[in-house]
Amino acid sequence: MKSVRAVIASLMDSVRDLLPIILVIGFFQLVVLQQPIPNFGEILIGILFVVIGLTLFVHGLNLGLFPIGETMAYSFASKGSIFWLLVFAFALGFGTTVAEPALIAVANEAAIVAASGQMIEDSEQARDSYAFGLRITVAISVGFAIVLGVFRIIKGWPIQYLIIVGYIGVVIMTVFAPKEIIGIAYDSGGVTTSTITVPLVTALGVGLASSIKGRNPMIDGFGLIAFASLTPMIFVMGYGMVV
Amino acid sequence: MQIIIDLINTILDTIWDVLPIALIIFGFQIFVLRKAIPNLKKIVSGFILVLLGLGFFLEGLEAALFPLGKLMAQQLTDPSFISAGDVEAVLGWWDYKFVYLFAFAIGFSTTIAEPSLLAVAIKANQVSAGSIGVWGLRIAVALGVAIGIALGAYRIVTGTPLYWYIITGYIFVVIQTIYAPRMIIALAYDSGGVTTSTVTVPLVAALGLGLSSTVPGRSPLLDGFGLIAFASLFPIMSVMAYAQLSEWVAKRNNST
Repeated sequence: MKSVRAVIASLMDSVRDLLPIILVIGFFQLVVLQQPIPNFGEILIGILFVVIGLTLFVHGLNLGLFPIGETMAYSFASKGSIFWLLVFAFALGFGTTVAEPALIAVANEAAIVAASGQMIEDSEQARDSYAFGLRITVAISVGFAIVLGVFRIIKGWPIQYLIIVGYIGVVIMTVFAPKEIIGIAYDSGGVTTSTITVPLVTALGVGLASSIKGRNPMIDGFGLIAFASLTPMIFVMGYGMVV
Repeated sequence: MQIIIDLINTILDTIWDVLPIALIIFGFQIFVLRKAIPNLKKIVSGFILVLLGLGFFLEGLEAALFPLGKLMAQQLTDPSFISAGDVEAVLGWWDYKFVYLFAFAIGFSTTIAEPSLLAVAIKANQVSAGSIGVWGLRIAVALGVAIGIALGAYRIVTGTPLYWYIITGYIFVVIQTIYAPRMIIALAYDSGGVTTSTVTVPLVAALGLGLSSTVPGRSPLLDGFGLIAFASLFPIMSVMAYAQLSEWVAKRNNST
């Protein structure tokens, strides 16, 4: 009986999370655009799916993703091998980004922009190789970002100095990069971090900061995602200048 | 039942996305750390729940909210809606008021539903021993995204260069960093990156595309980008502002 009540409670949480979107879309459809809601039944089933999905996701997060991220952080810290920890950090950043569907979409879009701006030849082959190169560039930059972020946690450097250096890097690159690439580069920072990567990387950072003496999980543990959204901007503008 | 087939396909796609991550984790665990994973059963069942959850979540969005939201973005940016049937009218930036309102509302509401933000908020709440509220953080981030996307829509309408806004934003972030409480800084920087994933990106991209292809003088290829960049920059400011505000309120309560 108690577990049934817990399931209902967590389903209600998901309903509450979703309510704003339903209200916004309902308001604009009925009041601003003054049109009826099409396929009402289908939409109800869809909303039910979203609610179930969000509830399962949050449970899986606490059972699987958070514990494994922290366990690995503790194991690496107790093993004491910084080299392997950094290799792991790179693999995690590179591996989770290279196949990210949002990134693939943005890379293909970018290839079309580059072709229309006569930066590359307007053929399918040229566009494909441009998009592929861009994906690899972003994946390497995210791998590099996680390595840098993990290294910062180990050393206990304040995050703001590194971020400010990154900002200066973005500004300098903006001056020199071709105009067409700037919008894509700025957006690429936001699309790299997927729904599965974020909890895993967050748990890794917090786990590391709590297992290394003298680090505070709140001050030092967060910040990996911040690097992962900053470096792609610099690397993509660099890619636009080189190719 | 078409929707069941779609659901299974979406879950299969999600498995492909998770596979490299699982390989990296278990590979390092077996070959480098050489330790058995504690509570393996629990962790594997957690992974399966995450997979199923994301599958249901994405398929539900695809079936219910995305088609309507994308159509809405097109209709709201349609010149015939904006000029209210007056084809000859020269449109000023204020004629797009419903677009900004929609951008604000959709930015806020999709961010509240964003699973990766929820994950970070849960973690931050645990780590800060409850002093950072799950809802406080989520609302602060959602307000940041809302303001960011509304401003981004205004930028597309007026055609001002993207980097002016971003560089001004950076200067603000640096100044705020000097005054914000130290414990919030890393979390605030992180919240810029987590806001834009599964729910926000498709709807916001549709808005940018619709707007840049209907506003005269804009090209979707050059001006359609940049909304995501706004949505990742403004939460940094709003989260630091949230921490500064809570600190200020706490101080005032202590002194009285």
